[in-house]
Amino acid sequence: MARPDARPDARHAAESRLAAAPAGGGAWLRAAREAARERLLAMGLPGRRDEYWRYTDPADLTSAEAPAAAPPRAADGAEPFAAAEPLRLVFVDGLFDPAASDPPELAGVQIERLAEAAPRDLHWARDLFGAIEARGQTPVPRPLAALNTALAADGLLLRVSGRAERPVALVRRQAAEGSDVMLHHCIRIEPGAELTLLESGPGGARTTDVLEVDVGDGGRFHHVRLQGRDHGGRVAAHLFARVGAAAQLRAFTLTADGPLTRNEAYVELAGAGGLAHLAGAALGDGAFHHDDTVVLRHIAPGCESRQVFKKVLKNGAAGVFQGKIHVLAQAQKTDGYQIAQALLLDEASQFLAKPELEIYADDVKCSHGSTVGAIDPVALYYLRSRGVPRARAEALLVQAFLAEAVDEIADPTLAEDIRARLEAWVARHSG
Amino acid sequence: MLEIRNLHVELEDGGTPILKGVNLAVKGGEVHAIMGPNGSGKSTLSYVLSGRDGYVVTQGSATLDGADLLAMAPEERAAAGLFLAFQYPVEIPGVGNMTFLRTALNAQRKARGEAEVSAADFLKLVRAKAKALAIDAEMLRRPVNVGFSGGEKKRNEILQMAVLEPKLCILDETDSGLDVDAMKLVADGVNALRDAGRGFVVITHYQRLLDHIRPDIVHIMADGRIVRTGGPELALEVESNGYAGILAEVA
Repeated sequence: MARPDARPDARHAAESRLAAAPAGGGAWLRAAREAARERLLAMGLPGRRDEYWRYTDPADLTSAEAPAAAPPRAADGAEPFAAAEPLRLVFVDGLFDPAASDPPELAGVQIERLAEAAPRDLHWARDLFGAIEARGQTPVPRPLAALNTALAADGLLLRVSGRAERPVALVRRQAAEGSDVMLHHCIRIEPGAELTLLESGPGGARTTDVLEVDVGDGGRFHHVRLQGRDHGGRVAAHLFARVGAAAQLRAFTLTADGPLTRNEAYVELAGAGGLAHLAGAALGDGAFHHDDTVVLRHIAPGCESRQVFKKVLKNGAAGVFQGKIHVLAQAQKTDGYQIAQALLLDEASQFLAKPELEIYADDVKCSHGSTVGAIDPVALYYLRSRGVPRARAEALLVQAFLAEAVDEIADPTLAEDIRARLEAWVARHSG
Repeated sequence: MLEIRNLHVELEDGGTPILKGVNLAVKGGEVHAIMGPNGSGKSTLSYVLSGRDGYVVTQGSATLDGADLLAMAPEERAAAGLFLAFQYPVEIPGVGNMTFLRTALNAQRKARGEAEVSAADFLKLVRAKAKALAIDAEMLRRPVNVGFSGGEKKRNEILQMAVLEPKLCILDETDSGLDVDAMKLVADGVNALRDAGRGFVVITHYQRLLDHIRPDIVHIMADGRIVRTGGPELALEVESNGYAGILAEVA
């Protein structure tokens, strides 16, 4: 909710970050940036006292400079998602790198850079850029997203008019220790069109991203995101989506390590018969703080939403889940499901969950659950009694715990890629 | 093969003594039945031999072909040839039955320095063994024991035993929760595995199972000890007179 009463320090911090706003830009973008600036000033930057930041300290996300982080030590085995043969678009420290990318041509998909579209007076993204982000400020304020809308100088603008025959892969790379990355992407899926977007990163010492997606009636959008591995970067990633009638959105994120990751999502089911599935698997060992803050808003009747978030935490790692199913009065026959679970591999780790249901319709089916547990010692003994060594048995049980989230990935090739990465993480961190 | 000498075991939590000097020797090719009233220590014996947490061995030894079982991790005992068919098989959501079985088989083979079994050979092997136990492809595809009936769980235990081909099989109340037809399937599965190189310890309350799996030797366990040992006729005596008479005799 926009807060006209932003504390002076929070407003002041916002003002100083906004001083870095890019100059110029065509009329369509200037208006959006200016509106975002006003939204942010009304809210101020987030602080520990804000309701949705009680479990996660935003200091490293709001500071003037990005805390330094060395570029990731090693690639995670094979190039992510190589088996899906995506069209690769590479960003290095937040800037598009044409030389490292595939030629940006794909039948049914119009591909542009924000940096190139910015100077124009008119652009199709005018109705989208900052628009869903603005709606998504209620009921959970997302000041870092407004900051991004005001400041982001690059990103992808994708207009999908058919069924894309290959996925588009957004590949992020980090080169500089202090890179402060801010990308803003807009994707319009025209009615009946379909796109799979793959992301790998984080690709910066600090990343503050916004992805806005409008899935037109009968359209489909698949999103598989890989955050990690063993990176030192801080991440605040936002997904804002509108899902039209009989349209589908399926998003999955794997987070493997990282000192601070805040993944926010706001999805509105705006047309009858729409579907939105959001899933995440997070794996953390040691200095790891991972936060999913999600709002699923049912505006139209007869829509289905699922939130499946699983975290595996060890050696003092921390997980946070704040998830809301918000059902408006007219959204009858809503089917909403939410599960947030953590597997704590030791007593030093912790999981904080705040599930919320806010329902104004009377004919709905909504359920939610949250559990915290350790590896089941009886299951472990059973596996070992059959000859499975302890580490392998634990790995099997960790994968079993994550299965419900991974099963949300519809494409078997992509699911296999994610499973292999999960297994590799578990093997690296076992014992 | 299996040699248990003067085994004393207490609960880790509280120190309650459960086994108070168990002696048992099982040779290859033999089927031993252990009978006894509730709380006599039968299941504890099976858990201690397979390496379950929660028990402390205070005295005595247990060896399998001369190797010290009690010094090994559960997975090492399995690789050495010990198998326990559980009284209550464990459900493991998210782990497929086939993945589980193949992981177990190959882990054991690896531990013994043998080559792993290929996916194709494994499939052939399991299908053949599953058919004999009336386990269909659907059951094999499901997560381990999840949604299985009591009888299906017990048959799944026997399938694991048939695939892993252990040297020493312990069956802990495998007959509990089985109807007559299921018991016959399970017993046929066990009997098919009987050979000169393999020993069995069949723990049961009832004579019923022993009509189908004929034991060579029957032991009566009470209060943490084996109090009587005899031939198959001892099981019949229990069936007609109950434990009370036998226990009064030895007391």
